[in-house]
Amino acid sequence: MSVDGSLDRLKREGRIVVVGASLAGLRAAETLREKGFDGSLTMIGDEPYEPYDRPPLSKQVLLGRATADRTGLPRHRAIDARWRLGVPATGLDMAARRVRLADGDEVEYDRLLIATGIRARPWPQEDEAELDGVFVLRTRDDAEALERSLAQGPRRVLVIGAGFTGSEIASACRERGIAVTVAERADAPLVGALGGVVGRVAAELHRKHGVDLRCGVMVTGLEGDSAGRVRAAHFSDGNTIEADVVVVSLGAQRNTEWLAGSGLGAGPRGIACDAGCRAFDIRGIVTDDIYVAGDVARSPHPLFGYQFLSLEHWGNAVAQAETAAHNMLSDSADRRPHIWVPAFWSSQFGVNIKSVGVPSMGTEILIAQGSRSEHRFTGVYGYQDRVIGAVTFDQTKWLQFYQQLIETTAPFPPASPTVDRRPEGQQPMPADFPDPSVPTHGPTVTLSGYAPDDRRLTFTPARH
Amino acid sequence: MRLVVDLNRCQGYAQCAFLAPDVFVMHGDESLLYSPEVEEDRREDLARAVAACPVQAIVVDANFPDTNSGTDR
Ligand SMILES: Cc1cc2nc3c(=O)[nH]c(=O)nc-3n(C[C@H](O)[C@H](O)[C@H](O)COP(=O)(O)OP(=O)(O)OC[C@H]3O[C@@H](n4cnc5c(N)ncnc54)[C@H](O)[C@@H]3O)c2cc1C
Ligand code: SF4
Repeated sequence: MSVDGSLDRLKREGRIVVVGASLAGLRAAETLREKGFDGSLTMIGDEPYEPYDRPPLSKQVLLGRATADRTGLPRHRAIDARWRLGVPATGLDMAARRVRLADGDEVEYDRLLIATGIRARPWPQEDEAELDGVFVLRTRDDAEALERSLAQGPRRVLVIGAGFTGSEIASACRERGIAVTVAERADAPLVGALGGVVGRVAAELHRKHGVDLRCGVMVTGLEGDSAGRVRAAHFSDGNTIEADVVVVSLGAQRNTEWLAGSGLGAGPRGIACDAGCRAFDIRGIVTDDIYVAGDVARSPHPLFGYQFLSLEHWGNAVAQAETAAHNMLSDSADRRPHIWVPAFWSSQFGVNIKSVGVPSMGTEILIAQGSRSEHRFTGVYGYQDRVIGAVTFDQTKWLQFYQQLIETTAPFPPASPTVDRRPEGQQPMPADFPDPSVPTHGPTVTLSGYAPDDRRLTFTPARH
Repeated sequence: MRLVVDLNRCQGYAQCAFLAPDVFVMHGDESLLYSPEVEEDRREDLARAVAACPVQAIVVDANFPDTNSGTDR
């Protein structure tokens, strides 16, 4: 317990505020109560719903096997929170320890957890994005609207972007017998996350299931009819396709704009925090009362060169929330680092895709088990002669083994297992990731003043 | 009653699909699909599936009296 008893007081009668009432927010709240927090707990969420689960939205819900309003997250325990749902937080006063809400209210805290996650990147042309039939998929409302239009039997769906979500959407459409075109700027689906070698397997999966997959092209514009419904899309290669549903699946933006001007180290890449989930302020100094968790967080990972990882993974949100909650109620010596080994799953075209570690850091890949042509294999990624990540297509049972190699920084290529090793798995090959040296974000912090006392940093939200 | 399967943990052993086939189904060789919400009268069946899962990947609502259903403003 803390020397001056302040921790005891916090636990007994402190005020904890959680902004972002989704997976990370809920699991943190439950952990706080489990660890004996008896004070007041306020959950602030801009969506009008209780916390729900997102992964089923692009799977069960789009397949028509569950409805979006029935994906509420199960509760481990009662959390006796004061819920402020349907109202976004609009500002933070770090000095006064206060969160401002859109309805004008202000909520005071002793400890704050920020778990505002990310949102889907919209189609950049605003008038085109507003056409009827153009969707993104991040929220319960998005999933409900998209499912409703799929149920009406569109003639063709166009999915823009073949990352995990885009690929899952295409897969669901095919399973429902709907014609679908996928447009991807890279040479193959999933390239950003898993590289070109695995991406080419993903491309085969799309085509085998009847997806009209177009790689190496960009959608340059969407066209509507006189009633304001989308009807066609134009491609950079000069082609035009007709589609009555378009799903924009171009990745995500961090929900940090509400922190502009607060002095917290928040930007378009998320909120940087230390391994103990404590947020940095804009000067790079760690705060002691503001914590972050989930998709909005970026935290350094010792296993991966202390790189600040921002992960859009379900398991990360859960683990980071639990660590943040633990640390909020702990003295410095009792705090724990969030050193979860990244792990992710996806399910598309009937194939179970899982990964551990950070495949995207890999420069080489070895097909250690199985075979790409059978769409059942284990790919192991190497970086500077060590194992840095692994991916399985319908070979979950191998994942745990390679996770251990990642955790123990085992040498790459891994020597040992010979089970199911095929000729193609004798030699590593380049993993074929796009050139990482191309920057994706401009600077968003400006420095002003001259004397050490009045040097100031200001966060300027990027114009998206 | 709400449920969630931690699919990072799930090894596709299909125990759950065997015990509660209307809630859990295999989709392809290894992927699991499940209904995220089922009627309260299935609690016992679900408890059996939860207990049978070799990696404890299934989380079901704790059975607590919900004093605050989440709409309090
Ligand atoms: C369709 C889909 C499929 C997915 N599938 C998988 C999968 O197969 N495997 C996997 O590992 N992961 C998957 N994920 C990712 C996973 O769902 C996320 O990692 C997880 O939801 C992150 O939780 P979070 O609480 O950090 O953020 P979020 O779930 O994004 O929650 C943040 C919440 O904060 C709210 N908020 C934002 N700004 C404010 C504000 N200013 N004030 C108040 N509230 C605010 C948001 O509206 C949101 O409700 C999927 C995600 C989606 C969308
Ligand atoms: S019993 Fe557990 S491991 Fe097996 S399929 Fe069900 S959830 Fe997955």
